[in-house]
Amino acid sequence: MSERITKWPGVELSAADLSEGKVTQTRFRPNAKYAWSAGEAMSRFLAELQDGRLIARTCHSCKRTLFPPRMFCEECFRPTDTWTYIQDTGTIETFSVSYLDTDAKRIPDPILVGVISLDGASPKMGMMHYFGEMTKEEIRIGMRVKAVWKPWEERRGSVLDIKYFAPLPEGKK
Amino acid sequence: MKTVGVIGAGMTLFRRRLQETGKEMCFEATKMALDSAGLTRADVDMVVNGTAPDAFDGVHMKGEYLADGCGGYRKPYTRVFTGGGTGVFSTIAGWWHVASGLADVVLVVNEEKMSSCQPHPQSVFAHIWDPILDRPLKPNLVWIFAMEMNRYMHVHGVKKEDIARVAVKNKRNAVGHPCAQLADPNITVDDVLASEVMAWPVQRLDISPPSDGASAVVLASEDFIRRRKIKDRAWISGVGWCIDSTMWTDRDLYFPEYVARAAKQAYKMAKISDPRRQIDFAEPYDPFDYKELHHLEGLLLARKGEAPILTREGVTERDGDLPVCPSGGLMGVGNPIAATMGQKIGELFWQLTNQAGKRQIPQEVHTGVAQAWGDLMQYGSVVVMSS
Repeated sequence: MSERITKWPGVELSAADLSEGKVTQTRFRPNAKYAWSAGEAMSRFLAELQDGRLIARTCHSCKRTLFPPRMFCEECFRPTDTWTYIQDTGTIETFSVSYLDTDAKRIPDPILVGVISLDGASPKMGMMHYFGEMTKEEIRIGMRVKAVWKPWEERRGSVLDIKYFAPLPEGKK
Repeated sequence: MKTVGVIGAGMTLFRRRLQETGKEMCFEATKMALDSAGLTRADVDMVVNGTAPDAFDGVHMKGEYLADGCGGYRKPYTRVFTGGGTGVFSTIAGWWHVASGLADVVLVVNEEKMSSCQPHPQSVFAHIWDPILDRPLKPNLVWIFAMEMNRYMHVHGVKKEDIARVAVKNKRNAVGHPCAQLADPNITVDDVLASEVMAWPVQRLDISPPSDGASAVVLASEDFIRRRKIKDRAWISGVGWCIDSTMWTDRDLYFPEYVARAAKQAYKMAKISDPRRQIDFAEPYDPFDYKELHHLEGLLLARKGEAPILTREGVTERDGDLPVCPSGGLMGVGNPIAATMGQKIGELFWQLTNQAGKRQIPQEVHTGVAQAWGDLMQYGSVVVMSS
């Protein structure tokens, strides 16, 4: 490899070569738009969010309470059986303190985001969401949290109907 | 099943931006691989292309677009895509073309041109998320790695400095790699720990950057290799691959079970019962420094939580007992997603045929393992190769 090959192909460009038009180039801006039908399980899930509740599906074969809910069990490969409500409380499984937004741009105030395993669902099952009413120094794995819902009139049938998860006061379930 | 060997490899420079188009990069890497094997396109029966989301290059049907550069013109040709797992998976796809007896010689060509996507390929990564559960939260891809890293650190009590050692090792290893984008002979653990926080616990120097690049390998049947008296060859002795659910909030992220399943499949085929003793060196997927540790455990080369200790003790250095990422990995050479085949399969070939030059592992090596990982923290692909 290193001995036999003397020239490795590739000509490096700088960001300015492109942005200042120093190299021949062509540009295109796609304008793609999508609408997703939410399907059977997610339609019910989103409707329940609007009512301030979290819903799961049970599988009678593996005895799991599946969240997010789905109409078939990927493990048993059979239709799931019943709808069941779970709690809007849970435990922080992991989190990040992010100084990046979706476009990898820096933001001064970090976003607290992570995974919450929810009470009533099978172990380790939960969702990603934001955290609030806590500082980046206070947040920790294992912290008990509870959903803070938007006011009813602001809910749209979206995971954003939950504003964030906040610390669950000691002694409360 | 036919025995399959790797008989040639090639790659372009890995850089943040290359002037060459995707097709041109593929041609360069493919030509180099064919030349190194002493073959021409006329010897090639079939071609496999591996490349990640179309949205990076901005060309849907990217596999078809790249076909001419991959030597695929008017030949049986397939593009495969398993996210970041493509870096090792495309070789598995090439392997089954030959192992089945369908082909004697197969080209495997991987490409990624991430610089085309403006202003940053990160905006395209946003399209991998579940549109209902995840996307309304406007996630950044670094988030999930930060969450996985934090979970891994929490479960095993791993310190950030032990993770930073991986970045230092790989960026230093890459100094011997002619294609490397981020080699640094002087980097220290303190540099990594002092770098800008992106999404804690992930800092700037914990991450490999986006890159442009292409890589290629030539696979051939044992019959062909013996008939043509090809001396530089390394045998593919085991392959494995496995997918977990996209419902990534339903599993404990501290251990990549899907990698372990892929590894067990590959080890069974390679008749490896004690990977830590029977495997001489490893090229696990390292887009982030902690991923090398996570994957060493997934590959069963370290017990759960042991990989940071092995790293601290120098076991994974190039001259250690189990050299890991002697190529410099993604952390040092760069991360043009699918094209990282060059540091994974390519490096196994170069090390096993004693062609790695400055990067050659000092002790004799007979068996190596390469692994890639991708999609929503759910895909593992593993190849074992032997001299």
